[in-house]
This record gives sequence, structure tokens and C-alpha cells, in this order.
Amino acid sequence: MSDTPTDLRYAKSHEWVRDEGDGTATVGITGHAQEMLGDLVFVELPEVGDQLKAGDDCAVVESVKAASDVYSPVSGEVVAVNEALEEAPEIINEDAFGEGWLFKVRLADPAELDGLLDAPGYDAMLAEEA
Amino acid sequence: MPFIPHTAEDVQAMLSAIGVADLEALFDEIPKGLRCGELEGIPPGLSEMEVGRVMQARAWEDGQPLCFIGAGAYDHHIPAVVWELAGRGEFYTAYTPYQAEASQGTLQLLYEFQSMMTALTAMEVSNASLYDGASALAEAVLMAVRGNRKSKSKRVLMPRSVHPAYRRVVHTIVRNQGIELVELAFDSASGQTDLDALADHAGEDHAALVIPQPNFFGVLEPVDELTDWAHANGMLAIALVNPLAMALLQPPGEWGGAGADICCGEGQPLGAPLASGGPYFGFLCATAKLVRQMPGRIIGRTVDLDGKTGYTLTLQAREQHIRRSKATSNICTNQVLMVTAATIHMALLGAEGLERAALACHANARRLTQALCELPGVEPVFSGPVFHERVLRLPLAAGAALKSLAAHNLLGGFDLGRDYPELGDAILVCATERRSEAEIEAYRSKLERVIQAQVQTPCQLKPDW
Repeated sequence: MSDTPTDLRYAKSHEWVRDEGDGTATVGITGHAQEMLGDLVFVELPEVGDQLKAGDDCAVVESVKAASDVYSPVSGEVVAVNEALEEAPEIINEDAFGEGWLFKVRLADPAELDGLLDAPGYDAMLAEEA
Repeated sequence: MPFIPHTAEDVQAMLSAIGVADLEALFDEIPKGLRCGELEGIPPGLSEMEVGRVMQARAWEDGQPLCFIGAGAYDHHIPAVVWELAGRGEFYTAYTPYQAEASQGTLQLLYEFQSMMTALTAMEVSNASLYDGASALAEAVLMAVRGNRKSKSKRVLMPRSVHPAYRRVVHTIVRNQGIELVELAFDSASGQTDLDALADHAGEDHAALVIPQPNFFGVLEPVDELTDWAHANGMLAIALVNPLAMALLQPPGEWGGAGADICCGEGQPLGAPLASGGPYFGFLCATAKLVRQMPGRIIGRTVDLDGKTGYTLTLQAREQHIRRSKATSNICTNQVLMVTAATIHMALLGAEGLERAALACHANARRLTQALCELPGVEPVFSGPVFHERVLRLPLAAGAALKSLAAHNLLGGFDLGRDYPELGDAILVCATERRSEAEIEAYRSKLERVIQAQVQTPCQLKPDW
């Protein structure tokens, strides 16, 4: 049984995007990504105002095992970052798809969302990797 | 017999396994123009006895000159016990050991070193050392450009009063990353960073300001003002300090309202002999906020499963073996042997001993410059306060004067003509705690004779015949 939320879009590099319907989108890393990384100890977030292009590395998540780049799945300006993560990166381990979001972007091109995977597509990719 | 275990057959077997005709083919990817070709001019091998003879002859060439040169490397007294202990087999390695955690003694020593450096500089964190002071400054510049996320410019303000060799090394290391070093003039009267020249850069986007203390001229900078100015203009403050001077002066962590953000420097004054220029070691300290931007190794203290204290490499996610090309630096080791000596040296002297050594240097430098400035035409170039070095102007060609002194087995100072032609015939002189009053007097009287011999003074007698 997959617990991949069906209301989100996914990048092959294990980020999720939620279309907030107001021209912005929220970005985080998937439950699978946090599980692979293990206990997170540090998150480096982008700055509000940064202009991101889809595919840019824009954040770093560091665990006891590794430090990994986060790539923005969509283009646009960063309008908010999840500052709670600076003090408590473990929120991502506890709730990757919810409270563990990384940043919000004002979408430059909402059509980019259509190019991303849906939940079954992401699950199929994970199944292939496994 | 070469100490290579592979026979020609082994090599051939490995080459055929990967389908390559010969060893040369493995280097095909490197453009021909970059290959260095055959090594030429290598003389035939010598026997041990012959090598001994050559090395002895070279050692005699060094002589035992009386040294009044500082300029970044200082002739300090090193208690005999320092290298007696550092040379013990348990400590005798140049690098962070492989399987580092198996060498708990080495890691504990490095942890103590880090603790001492943070105490000396009043910074929150220290790494386990870098190669030397110049490359430590380059790493500090790279770290500031990464760490100052408000700045987008990749430009760093670099005073002209920073050691010229350091500025060249930093330029070499950072230029290919598109980082620009913007030169700041010094005040020609005080020798300090020119605050008017600095004011011209207010409001501009720079990642950091480098603040040398003391600067290359030996002069103490107005570090509080400079640190506050950097912070007010959105820059990080990089302190470049002489560690021995920190025993006496306000440490970078306490500069201005908020303290310097990064502190680096050359560790040689802490127990490393001059030894024809090295090996030395660099140190790098920072605020805790910047610890993930630090290059190099950091040792942490922790507890094992049984609750016993243990030491470990920590925050390795910054490092090359984990982050690959995104690592904070390609440095994955440290100068363990030099740091071992420095840690023993600092432990032996203690805070009070370091302060007394620093005070003795300051007093001797004062004696030296007073004695030399009694001579006609010799005068201090800058009015700013100094630690243990001072720039003096000579009434004759500086190079010629130093050459004459060297003929008397005396190294009289560093000729500033090449790097600072605007200062005229100026030399940088230094007197550490090792220089006795008799040695200072020897310098004064030799310089007096050199001046008398080389300066043509018109004859004061007016013969009436």
C-alpha cells in the first residue's frame, strides 16, 4: 500500500510540489527521500526573494549519513521558507509531506507542474529503483 | 629494485582485463599540450655518504645569522620539550590518521588544539588546522563568499596592508571561482587601513572585509571600527591575526559590537621553527553560525555506548568524501605534526607565558627601533602603534644596506621596495623575545658603520689654504 499523497506532484529527484491554487506552490522532499537520508541534522534553505529555475539546486538537507542537494521542481521566486526547520530539521523525518515543507514559490510557469510525476508515476519510479 | 609489487605480467593482465593496449593509452584524455614529457636534468643517484656530504655543505651555507626579519615568519624561542614530545612515535604523523577514530590520542590532542585556539581568539569554533596562513586566508575568503547569503557580489575588500604573499596566494586560489579582491589603500601617515578610502565603499555589495591585526607593517588596526563598519555594510569581518599577539590584544571574537565572523592566520609563532620557510600551519576559527561553511577537519567530543568520553571527526558532511564537488574545500586533512607542537607549546607556556612572550617581543621591538632611529637619517615611516615589527626608512638604498649587514652575518629586515615602492628605501624590522640587548646593540653599531661608509656626507671642514 503506498502512502504517497495523491494531491501532490513529484520530481524524479524526490521533491514534492503542492499547487496552492493561488499562483504559489509549496515544495518539500518526499517520505522516501527522508527515509533514505536518515535522521536529518541540518537544513540549508533558500532566501526569500531568490529566483529559482526548475532543476536548480536551491537547498541542502544534511543527515547523519550524508548531505544532499534539493532541486527546485518548478521555476519562480521564493516567497516563504520554513524557518522552523532551522531549529528542528527532524520535522522532515516526522512529517515530510506536511509540516516538513521547505519553501514556497510564486510560480513563473504553472504549466511546469504538468511535466512532473503524479503519485502513481512516482510510486512506479520507486518500484523500478527498488 | 623498485618497491612496486606489480610485475610486467600483472600490469599486462590488468590492461587486457579492461581492454587497453598499454599504460600510455590510459592518459589519452589529457591534451598533449598539458603533458610534461620526459623529466630532464636529473643527475645520477648518489650514495648515502655522498648525499650526507652534499647536505652538510648546504647546511653550512645557511650559517647562523642574527635574525631581525619577521614579515610573516618569526624567530621565537621553542622550549626543547616541545619537539621532544612532538617527535614521539605516537604523535609522529603529518596528517589526520586514516580510521581516525582508532587514534583517540591524536583526536584528543586536536580537540585540545581547537579549544585553545577558540580561547585565544574568543571565537566559538575552530577547525583542526590548514596548510599555512596564506591558504587559511584564502579559505576564509571562500567561506565568507559562501556564508554571506545577503551578498551576491563575490567581491571581498582586501587591504593593501595585508601580507603581499598572502594576497597573491588568495588571488591564485579564488580567481577561478570568479571572486574579486578589491584593494583598500593604507593611510600613508599611520600605516593603518585608510578609513576615508573605506568610506568610499559604504553601501556597496561586498561579501567581506579582511582586517589584519597587526597588519604587514606591524601596525595595529582600529579593529573595532573596521568590524562595526563591515557589519553595518552587510559584510562579514575576516580577522587575519598573529596568534601570539592575541595573548596581549583584544581577540577577534570581541572586536566591535558583534565580534569578527571568521578568524584565520599563520600558526608558526606557536612552536614551529623557521626551517627555511616551513612546514608551518594555518588556523581557522569562526562563529558557530558559520561552522557548516568551514573547510577542513573538525574534531568533536562525544560519549560512546558505555557513556565514556570519546573523540570523533564531526560535521563531515561538509567534506569532499561526502559532498564531492559541493564540499566546502578540497582540504580533507590538517597539519597534525605542527599542530601537535603548537598544542604542547601553548600548554607549556599557558596563557600567562604566551602573554609574557608577546610582551617581551613588543618591548624588544621598541628597544630596537629606538636604537636604530638614533642613527642619522633612520626614521619610522608610520605613526600607528605596533606589536613587534616596524617599518623604518633608511638614508641609503635599502637593498644595499641589507646586503652589507648580511655580510656581517646579520639579517637586518625585509626590503619593502618590491611590494611597496611608494615607501622609498624602507625596511620592515622585527625583534622577538629572543633578541638580547647586546644583539640589538650589535645591529645598531653595524648599521651605523654601513651608513657612514655608504652615505656621502659633504666635508664639514672648510680648509683655508
